[in-house]
Amino acid sequence: MAENILVYLDCFSGEVSPASWEAVGAAQSVKSEAGKINAVLLGPRAQEHADAAFEYGVDEVYCCDDASLGGFSAESYTTQLAALIKVNEPDLILLPGNVRTRDLAAMLAVDTQSCVIPDAVGLDWENAAVVTRPVHGGKFLQKLQAEKAPCIVVLRSRVFTVPERDETRTGTPKTLDLVDAPAAYEVLGFTPVEGEIPLTEASIIVAGGRGVTQPASLNAPDNLESDEEKEAWLAQEGYKIVRKLAETLGGAIGASRAIVDPGYVPYQYQVGQTGKVVSPDLYFALGISGAIQHLAGMQSAKTIVAINKDPEAPIFKHAQFGIVGDVFEIVPKLIEALQER
Amino acid sequence: MKIVVCVKETIDTAASLSLQDGSVFWGDASLIINPWDEFAVETALLLTEEHGGEVVALSAGGGEKNEALKHALAMGCKEAIQLSAPEDMQEKTPVVPSMLAAAVQKIGDVDLVFFGRQSTDEETGLTPPQTARLLNWPALTQTAKVIAHDPQGQTIEVERLFENGRQQAKAALPAVVSVVKEICEPRYPSFMGIRKAARAIIPKWELSDLELSSTVDSAWRSLRLDVPASRTKKVEMISGESAADIAGTLVKRLLEEKVL
Amino acid sequence: MDFELNEEQQMVARMVRDYVTKEVAPTIKEWDRKQEMDPQVLPRMAELGILGVSLPVRYGGQGMDYMSLGLVCEELEAGDTSLRVVISVHMGLCCYAILQWGSEEQKLKYLPPLAMGEKIGGYCLTEPDAGSDPAALVSTARRDGDDYIINGEKMWISLATKADYMIWIARTDPEAKKRSGGMSAFILETDSPGVTSGDIHGKLGVRAGSTGWVNCQDVRVPAANLLGEEGEGFKIAMSCLDNGRYTVAAGATGLIRASLEASVRYAKERHTFGVPIAHHQLIQQKLAWMARDYEAARLLYLKAGWRKNQGLRNTRETGLAKWYATDASFKAASEAVQVHGGYGFSDEYEVERFLRNARGAVIYEGSSEIQQILQAGYALGYREDRPLRKELPPYDPDEWTREE
Repeated sequence: MAENILVYLDCFSGEVSPASWEAVGAAQSVKSEAGKINAVLLGPRAQEHADAAFEYGVDEVYCCDDASLGGFSAESYTTQLAALIKVNEPDLILLPGNVRTRDLAAMLAVDTQSCVIPDAVGLDWENAAVVTRPVHGGKFLQKLQAEKAPCIVVLRSRVFTVPERDETRTGTPKTLDLVDAPAAYEVLGFTPVEGEIPLTEASIIVAGGRGVTQPASLNAPDNLESDEEKEAWLAQEGYKIVRKLAETLGGAIGASRAIVDPGYVPYQYQVGQTGKVVSPDLYFALGISGAIQHLAGMQSAKTIVAINKDPEAPIFKHAQFGIVGDVFEIVPKLIEALQER
Repeated sequence: MKIVVCVKETIDTAASLSLQDGSVFWGDASLIINPWDEFAVETALLLTEEHGGEVVALSAGGGEKNEALKHALAMGCKEAIQLSAPEDMQEKTPVVPSMLAAAVQKIGDVDLVFFGRQSTDEETGLTPPQTARLLNWPALTQTAKVIAHDPQGQTIEVERLFENGRQQAKAALPAVVSVVKEICEPRYPSFMGIRKAARAIIPKWELSDLELSSTVDSAWRSLRLDVPASRTKKVEMISGESAADIAGTLVKRLLEEKVL
Repeated sequence: MDFELNEEQQMVARMVRDYVTKEVAPTIKEWDRKQEMDPQVLPRMAELGILGVSLPVRYGGQGMDYMSLGLVCEELEAGDTSLRVVISVHMGLCCYAILQWGSEEQKLKYLPPLAMGEKIGGYCLTEPDAGSDPAALVSTARRDGDDYIINGEKMWISLATKADYMIWIARTDPEAKKRSGGMSAFILETDSPGVTSGDIHGKLGVRAGSTGWVNCQDVRVPAANLLGEEGEGFKIAMSCLDNGRYTVAAGATGLIRASLEASVRYAKERHTFGVPIAHHQLIQQKLAWMARDYEAARLLYLKAGWRKNQGLRNTRETGLAKWYATDASFKAASEAVQVHGGYGFSDEYEVERFLRNARGAVIYEGSSEIQQILQAGYALGYREDRPLRKELPPYDPDEWTREE
């Protein structure tokens, strides 16, 4: 089992992401009896989270809260981490998965000449890290064994377990000296996505497809001239049902490629092989046919509920619950029924 | 201005794949350009159309006729270069980034290197940041928009898509950029482009032609490939007399199964 | 014999397939229901160069060969017949008539705008009382000074209300001894005074297409627009069919493929008696026939296209390909509906549209009955193709891709 594991806790948004604690949980699952789990926090609010880290079972917490780390740059974060790794010599480095940490892990592997494996859905240890990860849009699971130490593994969200939190556990964080390095680029600004749950972290997702673009009882206003404008208006009106259900359930909204490509819904909501891969507890597929490329993005959801007019839609083969019907008839009633509970 | 776009030949995502002798088998399904790379090629072409210059398509591996390079040429890239990759290149990392970085340096005078954000087969997304790190150039990954490109001042300003928001960043050239689908709509190959691509003789560079900066070690070993266990339970179809009826039954079942 | 398509041809087919899948397939059902042509189709096909795909570059075309034209038609019709019909009349019947029979001035004047899709081409032969028997047509063209005055009505004309240029066949010599003699071909500009046109609705199939009538009431056409020589109109009209039929054959092949692919998909998903219906032998039989007919139809049209590339007369081959492919596509589409069972009967699925579309091709461009008579004629030696005064130019990659 691993003797010295370093976990990168991601506090870029100000808060530590739940996926970061999952990484601690993953570390615990492969740690030897006497092994140590250390954590590192980089960013202006790093120190704030040290206490929580100890409570989740981390042995040593390293923090660097220099202002220059405010805007994320994989290059500068890599330089800081590489310096720590040189001193700390972990045999396993775990990061919670997102696009920033993936870049960070990639560059870290180059700097430290180590092995890096992203998008892990399984972690074991047999003299070295053994990682399971999906490939080819989730059609296959590949099992890999690291042949070099340290091994850097980026973990997929919502797969590993958050450890028990012991509020009596305390410790003193260690401050990391900032390693001087020229900035790779200038961060001009950051526009957060307001108040929305990121798809990859959501436990409930309501997604809409082509079947929500044509609410039967609606007509586009006359002041819209072209057919295209009318279709876009109808699609955006229709998509509101997805938002309403998501709001009722406290979930995130998603979309299939069929309504992202024509521009009805922004790309950041696209679930699928060329969009986001999600693993919520509950996934509502409204008016989504279930093309392979969409399935690749959501097939690992624990429970899938599909509503579609077409009884032969492939999505029904992958869902736990299916309803053949009109989304615009069923979902309002569903919202009512949920609100009553 | 010279832009290099790194493209990868991948299997059509609609192909039905199976495992034979522990490896992925795709039968006679087509090999295509990695879908994300089309966006990278398009963005590069748009930049050179605006500011002048040319786009060079670069690919590591691929078959005798690298479909990714052919497609890139047909879209309008000026030239294409194929890098001959060792059989087990997936397992030796960072071989591909090392090769790409070395090739970019051999091409010389490159201002920008474009990538699609990841490939649809291995889906690691490691190549763009690693290539950038090896070149020691900034990595502007997940770019959803090129806000400004100043060829005189040699800078590029982009908007990048993170899960929780968008970052606006500005880098000095030369730089590496990986793109997401939001950035543009890739053009179809033109017929003239198709003719050019069909007639093109694409040079192939061997590993020995490149000066690799990094040691090419075997870093991990593939133990096995498996088909994920499919859900055995059949779908439970819910029907009823009315929409309210159906909705009620669904909520009841979700509560019973402790999903809600 | 090399049966492989070259790289250019493969890439052409793939590009058109991508266009159809991304831009036509998502909305074709709605246009078919509306019985209207999507106004984006013609401009988009023009933009992508499809309207000039197999014409020489020096005439504004894309310089691809005749086999590529067939492949393009196969891909277009796999999306919807209405797309292929555009190519049949614009390229097959109109552009190639000018390419084959036109003077250099006529070619330089009319081909570039057609090839670049700035102008749309059509073909006016059929009349209300003259279909299978075109020699019975009554439209007239009377010489008057430097012009001809055209009178007549043409019916079942694709792109009737959309074409800018029409190849118009009319009688210039009512006294001609032979029934099929005394006819001439003209390049008619449809914005000439006296030209009216209208759409025909209520067709069984090709509803997302544009079909209509064109009427000429004392329309003046300059003598410079006479195509070929006076009196060879019928020969010209018949030679055009070699090209029209070729595109129909290729297109119908695409329809067989679309029927087969839809049926295979459905057969694997639909379950009866506890298994996918793909396991039932009578369903398998239908799929086997479709697969067989697809291969055969494809070989027939590609061979005809190959003969065009070589500059070899191909009247018999194109007729054979058209007859085979269209009959087979009607059967394939019908069986595809059957495979889909009750759902095949609804327009939620595409196969009923395939069936309605396929029904037309068995009638137009030389009905199956006409084709059988022609083929029997060849087999018996009663019919022989004599060389024409002008032949469709062979495909020469250098000739066709040079700029000047």
